[in-house]
Amino acid sequence: MSVASPSSTPAQGAFQKFRERNSRILPNIKARIGVGLLLVFVLLAVLAPVISPYSPTYTGFSLGASPSPAHLLGTTRSGQDILSQLIWGTRPSLDVSLTTGFITMLLAVAIGILAGLLEGIIDEILMLFTNIVLVLPSIVLVIVISSYISAASDVTISFIIALTSWPWGARVIRAQTLHLKSKDFVKAAIASGENHFRIAFFEILPNMFSLVAANFFFTCLYAVVTVASLQFLGLGNINAISWGSILYWANNSNALMIGAWWWFLPPGLAIGLLGAAFALINFGIDELTNPRLRREGR
Amino acid sequence: MRYLMRRIIFYVVAFVATITINFFLPRAMPGNPAEALMSKFGGRLNPLALKSIEIAFGLHEHEPIWNQYLQYLGQLLHGNLGTSLAYYPASVSGLIGTALPWTLFLVGLSTIISFVIGIIIGSISAWRFGGAFDTFMSTFFTFTYAFPYFWIALACLYLIGYLWGVFPISGAYSMDLVPNLSVSFVFNVIRHAILPSLTIIFTSVGYWAVNMRNTTITTLAEDYVTMAEAKGITLRRILLRYAGRNAILPNITGFAMSMGFIVGGAILTEIVFSYPGLGNLLFQAVQQEDYPLIQGILMIISFSVLAANFVADVTYSLLDPRVRVGGNQ
Repeated sequence: MSVASPSSTPAQGAFQKFRERNSRILPNIKARIGVGLLLVFVLLAVLAPVISPYSPTYTGFSLGASPSPAHLLGTTRSGQDILSQLIWGTRPSLDVSLTTGFITMLLAVAIGILAGLLEGIIDEILMLFTNIVLVLPSIVLVIVISSYISAASDVTISFIIALTSWPWGARVIRAQTLHLKSKDFVKAAIASGENHFRIAFFEILPNMFSLVAANFFFTCLYAVVTVASLQFLGLGNINAISWGSILYWANNSNALMIGAWWWFLPPGLAIGLLGAAFALINFGIDELTNPRLRREGR
Repeated sequence: MRYLMRRIIFYVVAFVATITINFFLPRAMPGNPAEALMSKFGGRLNPLALKSIEIAFGLHEHEPIWNQYLQYLGQLLHGNLGTSLAYYPASVSGLIGTALPWTLFLVGLSTIISFVIGIIIGSISAWRFGGAFDTFMSTFFTFTYAFPYFWIALACLYLIGYLWGVFPISGAYSMDLVPNLSVSFVFNVIRHAILPSLTIIFTSVGYWAVNMRNTTITTLAEDYVTMAEAKGITLRRILLRYAGRNAILPNITGFAMSMGFIVGGAILTEIVFSYPGLGNLLFQAVQQEDYPLIQGILMIISFSVLAANFVADVTYSLLDPRVRVGGNQ
């Protein structure tokens, strides 16, 4: 089993060659496709009133129709146009994932930097807390909490997801804070008597921007899928038009059993593509910042 | 040893925290869920069951919360998880007992298969770093990563189960069969498990493959690998004996940790396929507002996650001496 290369003697040579050939091209392509996809969804959300053929809530069309020129993705069993629902559904789905990503990022940054900067007993307590939340089964907890709160709003769901998913980011950010603290420029700032707040926001945070951004997009990915799953289960706000609620009603009306693929395939595809957009941006940032994955050698 | 002691203390603390969350969660929610519950079931329950619900959900408003908490702990110590409301008079522990084996069978087996396939694909990707296989797999997994679990399950259900009618699409065995150990029953169970199992493998294999690929690539850049190359050791031997066994280390920990998430992880798959496991039971409980059952399942899942994490720690300290010597993380 040797790498496909004429100079097969030193393995490193072969790896090096692949690294050079693909350096800088692939990660950027990944990130670019991701940003492009995300922009498409943002446009869909913003332009929903313009491009949506009908009102998503209007129920006067023929019931359960299959795709036709008038209704490209058919209609629901209660006579709504599915394509219009799909386009309008972009708004809450984007909204809830970005909100969740943002709240999670704030929590992770605050706790991670605080623990890394202060060390000692506060660090110990914060990390104990982080590690405990880390081992809690978050999807189960999210399901249970949203079942306790009947008809939770999107913002509530965002908070619930954020409260159970910040520890990964906090740990990574704490580690990076510790690493940056040993650098000369931070040492200099500490020695010159700058306060913690200034060190955290002007010395440390700008130097882990990519880490924070990767964490943000990863949480967005997690949130898109989780929110859709919750709504599919009938938790959260299923009466508003969103991708998850379309799937819930499709499943509730046995769309699968009557073979109405145009009802349950498109919303899932949309969720997956938005998720993939976040994942691609995340991987792109990862490969740009991790020198070993960047394929440029050491 | 010191390392293990630290970990044991951590897990004890974490478990107490979990129990405490489980206790306070329903109490902290707007509008005590238990009150609605009591008006719904009050007449049907025997005094003993009523009492345990009162303890679990804090209906003794006159009693101080610490007393309630101690009573709750006392019940748990006796292994009493309470009585289900939706399946009254079945006990919560009994219901969990019948559902758990199905989940362990379906999700456990699928996770093992997925892990093995993922490690193999990840290693090959790392060997062929940047090649066609690697590029294709990385792109492919970006998408399987992002698509919702339940939707893939729905699509599989539609295609393979409904359109082509190859495999049964719901339940763990045909409804007209009585569970026994005959060959035909075992085959029936396996036939029912194939479709849900495939969807679990399909959606989770990317996680292992991407991780294994990245750790292998990172390991291949280590000095001892360069040294091995300099000595003229064959590439195959380097990959298997030098890089592979080190790259797989973090994945084994990840695997042990994921065994804990097995219990709760495939909730949606179980629901889509109406598989009679713990995830489906939780969904039933949520739908019928069976709070004692919800509490019990959350507790069992948390416990298995903690236990699996502990196993992961022990495995890691056995496999990697640096952890034992280093002591503090």
